[in-house]
Amino acid sequence: MSDTRIQLTTGAPGAAVLGIGAYRPRRRVTNDELSQTMDTSDEWIQSRVGIAERRWAEPDETVVEMSVAAGGKALAASGLAPEDVDLVVVASASLPTMIPGAGPEVAHRLGIRRPGSYDLNAGCAGFCYALGAAADAIRTGSATHALVVGAEKLTDVTDLTDRSTAVIFADGAGAMVLGPTEDPGVGPVVWGSDGDQRDAIAIPTGEGAKLTMAGQAVYRWATTRLTDTLQQAMDRAGVTAADIDVFAPHQANLRIIELMAKRLGLGEDTVIARDVVQAGNTSSASVPLALSALLESGEAKSGDLALLLGYGAGLTFAGQVVRLP
Amino acid sequence: MASTAEIQSGLAEILEEVAGVAPADATPEKSFTEDLDVDSLSMVEIATAVEDKFGVAIPDDELGGIKTVGDAISFIEKNQ
Ligand SMILES: CC(C)(COP(=O)(O)OP(=O)(O)OC[C@H]1O[C@@H](n2cnc3c(N)ncnc32)[C@H](O)[C@@H]1OP(=O)(O)O)[C@@H](O)C(=O)NCCC(=O)NCCS
Repeated sequence: MSDTRIQLTTGAPGAAVLGIGAYRPRRRVTNDELSQTMDTSDEWIQSRVGIAERRWAEPDETVVEMSVAAGGKALAASGLAPEDVDLVVVASASLPTMIPGAGPEVAHRLGIRRPGSYDLNAGCAGFCYALGAAADAIRTGSATHALVVGAEKLTDVTDLTDRSTAVIFADGAGAMVLGPTEDPGVGPVVWGSDGDQRDAIAIPTGEGAKLTMAGQAVYRWATTRLTDTLQQAMDRAGVTAADIDVFAPHQANLRIIELMAKRLGLGEDTVIARDVVQAGNTSSASVPLALSALLESGEAKSGDLALLLGYGAGLTFAGQVVRLP
Repeated sequence: MASTAEIQSGLAEILEEVAGVAPADATPEKSFTEDLDVDSLSMVEIATAVEDKFGVAIPDDELGGIKTVGDAISFIEKNQ
């Protein structure tokens, strides 16, 4: 037996977001279009969920293609070269294949050489889980620069004739590039799960099996059990609700977003992400998609403190405070 | 334990807060969806507010059976 002690590495004091990028599929699908093929209405969808339109990906817009597009934009925004990146994590719940995973291919396509790479599935909380894991990797020295992608093609796993899910779920991708810093730009992740509710949202495997969701149970859980998580994410980062410039929770339902914002006691001029109105529910892509929309429109600014939250199938949840690039 | 009158007024407060229902309209015979324009998601919010206020549990499968203000009052009375 060797008694040589295993040595550990330490990385940077903190990780920071250096760039954000997004990809929205070309095809825009309005509520009126859906009303032509199923028994639904713009009024019902807008009043229950807040969605006005969503993007549905076409055959060439695969999870990998959308990841490459969003990841490439995030890389360009960060000013880094592909070879600077040594970790690539793709969060997705709608990958076309389990093996091979998307991460290595996305990295290869972007010219990132031999990074650590894996996919992560934590339902709609996936992006915030991946962001937490990547920031921790930079702090421990397992990585220096990371590309974190959330990408979904939920139309592949949704019954597009079932009005209870077809009006909600959509496609898209968002990405962040993280790097080492003295002054932390990504706060500690607060994550958890309630596995007793594993059946609330499911994508069964097998021929033709499609996404199912117990909407009211998830609504109740999201509006009652996650306020504490958001508070803990702020507490652990040492900030208060008054410090939050941007609130960007998972974009599942506008009513959940508004209720969370109200309960948090955010300041009056806090910008609230409402990308669900234009994007529908894009699961693990929703948080970076929403942030990139706010940065593009100028509603959110570089240096703003943003409170993020992902939640969904599992049931899982994860939140953290980040400073926008 | 809250009296029937206390339950009725407590419920009326919740209805006003969650769904903007005028307290005078929250009478026992009113149907939440038909008369008071309370939709299924607002019902979920009302259920969680009732749980907090009266210390009762209203599981999702029981919630569907509560159609009128009177149904809610008797549910709370029986389970508090
Ligand atoms: C999905 C959600 C919008 C559904 O709303 P809901 O009020 O629970 O809807 P229900 O299924 O109870 O349906 C209510 C009524 O609307 C009808 N309905 C359902 N979908 C409809 C649609 N697209 N158009 C028109 N009517 C519809 C139902 O048939 C039902 O009618 P009935 O009362 O006559 O039976 C809502 O539950 C929700 O957003 N939940 C949270 C989801 C979430 O956060 N997921 C996050 C993880 S990804």
